[in-house]
Amino acid sequence: MLLKDEIISLGKHDVARKDFLKFCTATAAILGLPSSFSEVIAKEVTKAAKRPPVIWMHFAECTGDTESFIRATNPNITDVVLDIVSVDYHETIMAPSGDAAHKSLEDSIHNNKGKYIVIAEGAVPTKDNGIYLTIGNKTGLELATEVCKDAFAVLCVGTCSSFGGVQAQAPNPTGAKGVMEATGLPPEKFVHLPGCPHNVKNSIATIVHFLLFNKLPALDKDRRPLFAYGETIHDHCPRRNHFEKGEFVEQFGDEGDRNRWCLYKMGCKGPETFHNCSKVLWNDGTNWPIGAGHGCNGCSEKNFWDTMTPFYERLPDRTPIGAVTANKIAVAVGTATAVGIAAHAAISAKKGRLGKGDNEDKKEDV
Amino acid sequence: MARVIIDPITRIEGHLRIEVEVENGKVKDAYSSGTLFRGFEIFMRDRDPRDAWYITQRACGVCTSVHAIASVKCLDHAFNVEIPENARIIRNLIMGAQYLHDHPIHFYHLHALDWVDVVSALSADPQKTAAFAANHNNSPKDSVNHFKNVKARLKKFVDSGQLGPFANGYWGHPAYKLPPEANLMAVSHYLDALELQKKAAQLQAIFGGKNPHIQSVIPGGVTVGGILDVDHIASFKFAMQEIMSFIENVYIPDVLAVAPAYLDWAGYGKGHGNYLAWGLFPQDTKHHTKNQTFPDGVIYGSDISKVIDADTAKVAEHVKHSWYEGAEAKHPKEGKTEPKYTGLNDFKGIDINKNEKYSWLKSPRYEDNVMEVGPLARVLVAYGRGNKDVQELVNGTLKTLGAPAAALFSTLGRTAARALETVFIGHEMEKWVDELIGNISKGNVATAKSYEIPDSGFGYGTTEAPRGALGHWIEIKNKKIKNYQLVVPTTWNGSPRDDKGRRGPFEESLIGTPVADAKRPLEILRTIHSFDPCIACAVHVIDPQTNEIHKFKVV
Repeated sequence: MLLKDEIISLGKHDVARKDFLKFCTATAAILGLPSSFSEVIAKEVTKAAKRPPVIWMHFAECTGDTESFIRATNPNITDVVLDIVSVDYHETIMAPSGDAAHKSLEDSIHNNKGKYIVIAEGAVPTKDNGIYLTIGNKTGLELATEVCKDAFAVLCVGTCSSFGGVQAQAPNPTGAKGVMEATGLPPEKFVHLPGCPHNVKNSIATIVHFLLFNKLPALDKDRRPLFAYGETIHDHCPRRNHFEKGEFVEQFGDEGDRNRWCLYKMGCKGPETFHNCSKVLWNDGTNWPIGAGHGCNGCSEKNFWDTMTPFYERLPDRTPIGAVTANKIAVAVGTATAVGIAAHAAISAKKGRLGKGDNEDKKEDV
Repeated sequence: MARVIIDPITRIEGHLRIEVEVENGKVKDAYSSGTLFRGFEIFMRDRDPRDAWYITQRACGVCTSVHAIASVKCLDHAFNVEIPENARIIRNLIMGAQYLHDHPIHFYHLHALDWVDVVSALSADPQKTAAFAANHNNSPKDSVNHFKNVKARLKKFVDSGQLGPFANGYWGHPAYKLPPEANLMAVSHYLDALELQKKAAQLQAIFGGKNPHIQSVIPGGVTVGGILDVDHIASFKFAMQEIMSFIENVYIPDVLAVAPAYLDWAGYGKGHGNYLAWGLFPQDTKHHTKNQTFPDGVIYGSDISKVIDADTAKVAEHVKHSWYEGAEAKHPKEGKTEPKYTGLNDFKGIDINKNEKYSWLKSPRYEDNVMEVGPLARVLVAYGRGNKDVQELVNGTLKTLGAPAAALFSTLGRTAARALETVFIGHEMEKWVDELIGNISKGNVATAKSYEIPDSGFGYGTTEAPRGALGHWIEIKNKKIKNYQLVVPTTWNGSPRDDKGRRGPFEESLIGTPVADAKRPLEILRTIHSFDPCIACAVHVIDPQTNEIHKFKVV
């Protein structure tokens, strides 16, 4: 018997369709859409005659976001590469090198002007005319501008391409910046999916959003999609009840640690970090940092390398960056989308609870 | 004489440029340039030392976790804290999972297209392919129907006209030697491995919290005290079995199936023949223990009968040909790195007389010798030190291929060593899981110890990344990082020339490599990829003026 799911496009065969619909339902959930949208997603994603061209650029980075991307399940990464998009340029996986690789890049830009999606990984060094990164005979800065200016959209995966990331922390020796800021191109085409690295669930959901609605998803002021960055880690943390009860890990290896109590006193930045890790987890639901007993380090927040450090110190007196952001979001977005309301409501609720938590916390310290 | 510039070298981590001079169809000279500088040593200064492991892990997201492990070992030493047994085992399991992920992905997704012609696979007969597979491996999946489907899927993909990452590949190049059936089998396993690697990443995430970039190690131990339970340990054990089944039934057989067509590559890519390993997988909790599953060692002149103890004090980095202020003793300002970019001759080709500097990588040398690091170095050191399991794996492979021991010192040797050590590591990991279960059942559940950050002090930690020897060094002052340095695998392997003009390992290994078509330099990629370059972390760190490593050791 033929294993037809391997040769027939997603969505066109029963076996593949079952798996594919699972993905569509999950994607609809991540995007905050009603579950009936999963059928629509399935149709839209597979109907295109030509697979949408993707140009993946590596700047100052560690390739962690490529690694994260290839962890895709439902659809599987092989389906993404062979059936859903056309990865025309990606230095980590492409067959040709050197001049032949440049040809792949030039061909795709030339043939798909205004239609291709750029996925950017890594920050762009801008100091000293960008000489801290060269590819071929161009600087990263020149290439970023050249490749992004005619893109349909630029998806910045990871905190580096979004905001500069690890190399941009003070004193930022190479003048590393996020791609949008470095190129100075109009912000309208940029979407930021920060995280160190970003979670593939969110990049796939964003790509599906492009395919489905032909536009970008609703974003916050840092151009992060609200579906993934509209609520805090703390809002959905499975250890939340220990926070409410004032049960904290006081030291790694203590009884609280073994009982999976709240990590706030160990420096967890969950209350200040807008990201959906506590809902979608990592590696197809295998685990996530708090699940492994380590606090959240706030990796999806702009400049977290400077604002969330030292990582093992709790910062109870700080204004939660996110609360401000979320209030502004509701105003900026203007439309009372379900996602927006949910985010705003969650934040308001959280602020009250966080205040209480802080007080309890201080009492214990005395 | 033809000048060939390959920039970017693809299917690696990071930004690498290779330039070669070709004469009479062979490489006569070579230059390796790292083309990205990020400045880790500069932004690490004055930070909380406890944060070092989290920051340095971002040196690389492909060999993720390895910097985290090297760094916490360095911090354990600096904070003078000895970790509990369980923490040692968990760290080893996390590191082991990295190898089970990284090595197969290197073989199938970064290296295979150097040997496998994807277009040729389209003319394969699925029946013959299944017969070829049955002759070489134990994969339960490799049926006639399976190969029919893979071929159909490939054909549909090619017919779409959108070749994506396979566009402009060197298909049809005369250096491709495999029959269509072997190519189809390899393409099929390329896709299988792309799915399997997710499982290996999950394996790491069970106790690592996530992958890439684990978040469960700390100075003094690990944070997984809350999940040392049956559920997590069983998940780990069974995920590992699934991965090992692929490694033993598909990965190893594939290396052995492809190698016979390319045995001439056991004669290319040797390089200097000096090897260095710091060792890997500590078996007790003492700082810098020599009791490691992969021992430390130094081999000179390919003489594996003489393995010398490795000593971190003997490392020094040269910068004469690197884009940093170059005078060794002239600017001994502590902890100051001054980048000095001098360009690449308008990218027209390096003239070593005019363009003295040509890389962001520095040139580490050991006892003033050029050293290769990586799987081959580890395997040779373990072999030379008498590790029976490693000897058996190596001898068995040489026998199967009918190759002499000298074949190890080559492009093919590196690729084979990588595969063999993956099996070895997987088997060792099974024992460690049982050891962990034994501890827990005896009521030993300790996972972390407390410590004080000293006002001032120093520490270092060594390990092995999949790509080779890795060391971290820290100096602490006023409870802050005064100086932090990494000497990483690809800095050893991808280094430019040193003060004495000696080529780095990439450069030396390319000498004599045949180049059939200078416009399609497939053969160059084979040897460079055999090292599994990882440039992001190579471009870093050690202070070029003071060679601080010496100083750390002297203290």
